[in-house]
Amino acid sequence: MLVKRAKAALNIETPTPSARPVTLSFEYAPSLESADIVKLKPRYGLYIDGKMVEPSSGRYFPTVNPATEAVLTEIAEATEKDVDRAVQAARKAYEKVWSKLSGRERGRYLFRIARIIQERAREFAVLETLDNGKPIRESRDIDIPLVAAHFFYHAGWADKLQDAFPGREISSLGVVGQVIPWNFPLLMAAWKIAPALACGNTVVLKPAETTPLTALLLTEVFEEAGLPPGVVNIVTGAGATGAALVSHPDVDKVAFTGSTEVGKEILEATAKTNKKLTLELGGKSAHIVFEDAALDQAVEGVVNGIYFNQGHVCCAGSRLLLEESIAETFIEKLKKRIDKIRVGNPLDKNTDIGAINSKREFEKIQRLVALGKEEGGEFYEPAGTVLPAKGYFHKPCFFANVSSSFTLSRIEIFGPVLTISTFRTPQEAIMKANDTSYGLAAGIWSEKGSKIQKVASALKAGVIWANTYNKFDPSAPFGGYFESGFGREGGRHGLLPYLEEK
Amino acid sequence: MASHHLKVPKTIKLFIGGEFPRTESGRSFPVVRHGTDAHFAHLCRASRKDFRNAVAAAKAALASWERRTAYNRAQILYRMAEMCEGKRDEFAEVLCYTQGLSNDAAQKAVDAAIDAFVYYAGYADKYQQVIGNLNPVSGPHLCFTAAEPVGVVAALFDENSTLDEITAGLSAIICSGNTVVALLPGVTGTLLAPLAEVFATSDLPKGVVNLLTGDVSELAPQFGSHMEVQAVSVQTKNEALLAELKIAGAENLKRVAPPMQTNLGLNNILQFVEYKTVWHPVGY
Amino acid sequence: MRSITVRGPEGRLLPILVPPVDEVGAQERADFFTKRSIKKESKLQALYLAIRMCDLTTLEGADTPGKVLQLCAKAKSPVPPGLFAAFAEKKKLEPIPSVAAVCVYPSMVKVAADVLRGTGIHIASVATAFPSGQAPLSTKLDDTRFAVEQGADEIDMVINRGAFLSGRYQEVFDEIRAVKEACGPAHLKVILETGELGSLDKIRLAAEIAMEAGADFIKTSTGKIQPAATLPVTLVMLQSIADFYRRTGKKIGMKPAGGIRTAKQAIQYLCMVNETLGPEWLTPDLFRFGASALLNDLLKQIFKEATGRYYYEKAFSLD
Repeated sequence: MLVKRAKAALNIETPTPSARPVTLSFEYAPSLESADIVKLKPRYGLYIDGKMVEPSSGRYFPTVNPATEAVLTEIAEATEKDVDRAVQAARKAYEKVWSKLSGRERGRYLFRIARIIQERAREFAVLETLDNGKPIRESRDIDIPLVAAHFFYHAGWADKLQDAFPGREISSLGVVGQVIPWNFPLLMAAWKIAPALACGNTVVLKPAETTPLTALLLTEVFEEAGLPPGVVNIVTGAGATGAALVSHPDVDKVAFTGSTEVGKEILEATAKTNKKLTLELGGKSAHIVFEDAALDQAVEGVVNGIYFNQGHVCCAGSRLLLEESIAETFIEKLKKRIDKIRVGNPLDKNTDIGAINSKREFEKIQRLVALGKEEGGEFYEPAGTVLPAKGYFHKPCFFANVSSSFTLSRIEIFGPVLTISTFRTPQEAIMKANDTSYGLAAGIWSEKGSKIQKVASALKAGVIWANTYNKFDPSAPFGGYFESGFGREGGRHGLLPYLEEK
Repeated sequence: MASHHLKVPKTIKLFIGGEFPRTESGRSFPVVRHGTDAHFAHLCRASRKDFRNAVAAAKAALASWERRTAYNRAQILYRMAEMCEGKRDEFAEVLCYTQGLSNDAAQKAVDAAIDAFVYYAGYADKYQQVIGNLNPVSGPHLCFTAAEPVGVVAALFDENSTLDEITAGLSAIICSGNTVVALLPGVTGTLLAPLAEVFATSDLPKGVVNLLTGDVSELAPQFGSHMEVQAVSVQTKNEALLAELKIAGAENLKRVAPPMQTNLGLNNILQFVEYKTVWHPVGY
Repeated sequence: MRSITVRGPEGRLLPILVPPVDEVGAQERADFFTKRSIKKESKLQALYLAIRMCDLTTLEGADTPGKVLQLCAKAKSPVPPGLFAAFAEKKKLEPIPSVAAVCVYPSMVKVAADVLRGTGIHIASVATAFPSGQAPLSTKLDDTRFAVEQGADEIDMVINRGAFLSGRYQEVFDEIRAVKEACGPAHLKVILETGELGSLDKIRLAAEIAMEAGADFIKTSTGKIQPAATLPVTLVMLQSIADFYRRTGKKIGMKPAGGIRTAKQAIQYLCMVNETLGPEWLTPDLFRFGASALLNDLLKQIFKEATGRYYYEKAFSLD
């Protein structure tokens, strides 16, 4: 009876599953983060002694959104005179205020800064994406949270420096001149400013000329946190501004992150002084995958290693070394994986690779890819990926069957371009990995712990990631061997370059 | 027309597992305004069963709290400083009424209490870096030593413990991942209400901090004998009690820590950690 | 790479390769799919697809013909078509489709089969001493044959976890093969009960054994054990399916079951399938959700997309 009634009730025409299309082409509709949260001024001055001031030259230059090629706003060009003003302000703040505060009080300011950054996180993330071209997913989930974490971590050190170096009499240095790159604009500012202030120094910072906006927004945070004027000064400009800063006679310490080429120039420029120096420079990091690795996770690690942040990462795992026995399978998996990478509008929450930061970098990558093809590497890029018509976009790609003697194996491309070669034994993998003038980072993939330890101890690089890649934490020291620079940033070791022993 | 507001006084209860129960025993003791006979509040006289419930809550919270990242524990401790700042006047009022502090002295006491939260917030993700290390053993082994929390800690404060001693003592214990059951005896029990509200509103998981009021003489033997308690922090300068607790705790080799030398110091954390040494081969 | 060897048909030795899985990496990759932001027409499309992928399930000791019939009615028309038609026309919505299957105990198969014949909705039945799997093989095979005779065209079997965890892989393999044979024309879904296997490595091993033994689908959970389906577990199983397909050219289906209650979760799973196996797996023939509470949330979200208004529970029937 029940069945009969139910049958009657069901006797209404409805579409059956077979009447529908069999599969779905699952295109993700654009899901754009609103840029309204960012309020840009028509032009920005220099931040000196707690005030925004005009540059003495009266000159301004544009900063561009690399995803649209549209001008965002105008930035002041600091001259030698402006840099001098900034250094003087920093000196005055050091002597009159900052060096007189207790560690506890310095820490209190840094905690406040960390909290305000957390509160304004989305605004910073959107601005970073607009100015740099990196995907909003990365600026939102990686850059900005790490910025806050860096200030928070170093805030805690300010009153514990003596515990960090027991039995040693330590003190601050004075005025620190810092020059940072465009790939992680605000994160690099945090890596520089937070330890410097925690250790009791004052700062003059020069952001990269193509990405100064988040550092300039950070000045609002300093204001809100009540940071005394002159403790951090920000001068914008290109190479000449940076050169003026690092060679200023009243700067006690120089910290630079950027290209090896400029790093060498700075080393020469400061050679005849007593300035302390840390350099965090380029890399050509090897990523070794052994046959006993968890291959699916290794594929993810390799993708993250080279395509994260458009490949604009100094420690990018740009040289993939595959054990011969798994090379074919691995490359097949890698191809399938990069076919799924979404390149496009950086403000789209589903974008995996955004825009190359500038026309200059874009053209350099294109030039090197063309050279790689000439040299004879086996080139692959996803055929289905469609790039936006405007803006500097580059597909993720790789060259297989590359020799260590190819140009692409030796120079830093700083883009989403991977080279792949093979090896047969761990000894050969180590030899190939170390066959570079750089020594910033390396990756090892194996499920065998003792092998990881042995290979890690043989690799000449400042950071070794095992079964992971591109992990950053304020508590973990970062920096390179050889032509990747010297000095460490982060962790207990990262405090030393900002202190001197009496 | 002057309005006459009859004040609603706050009932001070216990703080166990994130909740505010009265003592199951139904007992209380009165506290008067400092230097007078005027009634201030009735505090719960916690029973042995309340203590056991608090230990159960602390044990239940341990697994999740010790697995939190150090950064997360640091953020939560800093949040306590923020919440404490927001309750500054309430703390000061209690200190003025019950301990006879001047308003200035009370405000300074709150400053120091906040400093303690901030100090240990800073240490949560650093004490490992100061005390852990790589051991250069002879042979093909990677060998390192890292600190880990001991587990459930019972903290015994003194009738004369100051607010900052209490916040420092508790922060030092929880910053490495321990959970705690604390007794605020006698008049210090009046601080339970604002303190518990700080812990309850700082994203601290329920049960990480549990607070009791009552008598030292009644509960101290329980602190020593409960087998789930791995360490006791004794913040009362009473040599006889310290010895008594060591003897009572011998059955499960309880760590018994004497009063802190200073409020802010690495050693206060290291009293409540274990060291784990890991050996790992290095070879193809 | 780990490998085990089992004796296959006609006594041939069959090596089964089991690549290692790194738990942290798998978790990270799985988390990535919670960051995908599926909006507008993509979302609507995904919601409709998810309905078509539902195995609407009731597996209670208290199941009765009445309960099963009500479930069948809901399976066929998740919303009353008569009431929906005018709304759909106004909002330019397609009709709400039927679900893929109903999933019931063997004793309830006939009830469901009688009312669902000709609707295109599959009748799935758990068999093999569900959920524990602790019964003699003969009982399990009888259970299976009975369900098929009663009209089930899909069988959801549980593996013998006792045998698996004590390393008797041959026994697990043989049992799956025997059940597959007993299924006849019915499709076989093999439940690994991942919540009892302890590690992703073991889940990968169980998935490989099931596929080699003839599973048409592999399925995470009975729904009776926690944790049930999770994103990392499903990811590892999808990767096993990808490798099996590369090796054999055979497409195996996937069914996460238990714990998927919201449309948001369902869409995360669909993104994961899309980016791990490709869109050719985005069909009810190769992907199913084992769920009951999910269906109403999918409906709620479809109505929300159409009207901009958040719907409450009362808007949809509770069967």
